[in-house]
Amino acid sequence: MSLELAANVVVAGVLTGLVYGLMALGLSVIFGVVRVVNFAHGEMMTVAMYAATVLFAGLGLDPFLSIIPVAVAFFFFGYALQRALINPFITRPEHSQFMLLLAVALIIVNGLLMIFGPSARSVQVDYQLESFEIGGILVDKARLYAALAAVATAAGLFAFFRTTRAGKAIRACADNHLGALVVGLDVKKLYALTFGLGAVCVAVAGCAMVLLVDVTPPLGPAYTLLAFVIVIVGGLGSMPGALLGGVLIGVSEALAGLLVAPSAKGMFSFGLLILILLFRPQGLLGKRD
Amino acid sequence: MSRAQASLAVLGAALVAFPFIAGNYALSVATLILYFAYTGQAWNVMMGFAGQLSLGHALYVGVGAYAAAGLFYHYGLGPWAGLWLAILLCVAMGLIVGFLAFRFGISGVYFALLTIAFAEFTRIGFDHLDWLGGPGGLFLKVAQRDTWDLANFRGPPLMYYYAMLALCFLALLLCSRLLGSKAGYYWQAIREDEEAAQALGINTFRWKMLAVAISSAMTAVSGVFFAFYYNNLFPEQIFHISRSIEIILGPIIGGIGTLFGPILGAALLTLLSDGITDGLAALGWEIPGIKQVFYGVVLLAVIMFLPNGVWPYIAKRLKL
Repeated sequence: MSLELAANVVVAGVLTGLVYGLMALGLSVIFGVVRVVNFAHGEMMTVAMYAATVLFAGLGLDPFLSIIPVAVAFFFFGYALQRALINPFITRPEHSQFMLLLAVALIIVNGLLMIFGPSARSVQVDYQLESFEIGGILVDKARLYAALAAVATAAGLFAFFRTTRAGKAIRACADNHLGALVVGLDVKKLYALTFGLGAVCVAVAGCAMVLLVDVTPPLGPAYTLLAFVIVIVGGLGSMPGALLGGVLIGVSEALAGLLVAPSAKGMFSFGLLILILLFRPQGLLGKRD
Repeated sequence: MSRAQASLAVLGAALVAFPFIAGNYALSVATLILYFAYTGQAWNVMMGFAGQLSLGHALYVGVGAYAAAGLFYHYGLGPWAGLWLAILLCVAMGLIVGFLAFRFGISGVYFALLTIAFAEFTRIGFDHLDWLGGPGGLFLKVAQRDTWDLANFRGPPLMYYYAMLALCFLALLLCSRLLGSKAGYYWQAIREDEEAAQALGINTFRWKMLAVAISSAMTAVSGVFFAFYYNNLFPEQIFHISRSIEIILGPIIGGIGTLFGPILGAALLTLLSDGITDGLAALGWEIPGIKQVFYGVVLLAVIMFLPNGVWPYIAKRLKL
């Protein structure tokens, strides 16, 4: 195996990993603030991917342009889901929240199966086959654009949480729930806003991801597990941690596919997860509670 | 005899008599219900009694099944020998997971994710274990089905039904004993408030390990039954997270931490699933996925309106 091949694989892994990272960022933000683990996260991701394929097939819309309508729709969907279904479960035990989101996930996966059937869907755009050559390394155009979209969205989210009043209010809720109530913040509304923003991350990641892989309904549960692995590795609730975790998992999957066997790539991710849980349960960039 | 004991005796008698009036299909559904009731009971020891949420119980079903099936397939040893190996391996796995998690102070959601990770890790491992069939599966010879061969646990569907019924009864007895024992009270204290339990001088680590050991040993037996009832094992299926979820749905819907919840939940969910299949077939709506959508909607409704499960609600109504 040449060094050049390895370098190509690593670069592709980093770029895919950034898209994974954005997906996981949505999960991390939701958990960090609302303290509910979204067990329907990967399923929401596949909904965004299907939406991009439908917009492409129906209107000829490039998936990168689909980001805008899909993200807006997802924001309202996430907001409504939190307000209507999840808010009453905030104070209930974890297994109860788990069941609720599991039921949502079950409905989404099988709803997609009913509508789109079991065969894979994809989009074909001309730049998917093109690539840049940078210093002897071939970089797929689509993969690079997808990674850039992911980084731009993540940067926008960082800026929102750092600079805007609503962003600061959400961080206040996450830091001290009771304190936020005392100073008169509308915590339920802020939770819904947070869930909406988490859903936007998923929407952008889904539209970008559909350029890299074909979408089938069973991809949903697989992405849910993947998102968990990433946020635990990076640190649940840490925003840079989610991106770092995404890159690590992206690279380790790519290298496992190259060095061992493609079917063994999951073993690397789950092995990494077990090690992190045992030796650094707060994740690489997470803070101890 | 109390009202509850009398009701239980009537139910038990009805279940013993059930095969005399039921056809083969009804018997297979009843066996499945009992299987889920038993496995749910096993999971309930860990979650319902001691408050440790495991989302990876398929690990113990799978390891138990493969242990007994492997011995039978390679060495012709019947399940009575395999049972002990299955229990031994599953308790060892459970204690490893428990030791690592509890020593490092992992609880709640993190513990649940750790159990998923171990189950998934093992699933992929078995996919690469050619000695036990790998991804292509391990198949046991399907023996003649009309005589009862208890030594090799081969026989007609009736034998599997009674075996499962006996297991359910034993599990119920064991769980009711456990719940009233010192361990049961310690577990419930840990479940409600682990720090307070620790402050009272309970060695929470030791009692949580005991819960994991009992739960994994009980689940190992489900695995052995699974192997000899279905005769084929695939890592993709038996270790899959959807299997773990199947196991825990019954107790959660029925009522977590109760003795009868796992049994009622298993019956309700299996009958619901069958009912939806039949109903949709009668309506001619046979679109792939539609059944699970209905199932999901019902789960959503139950968890929203009966958050403590169906059994506590019914028990209150029946004054049991």
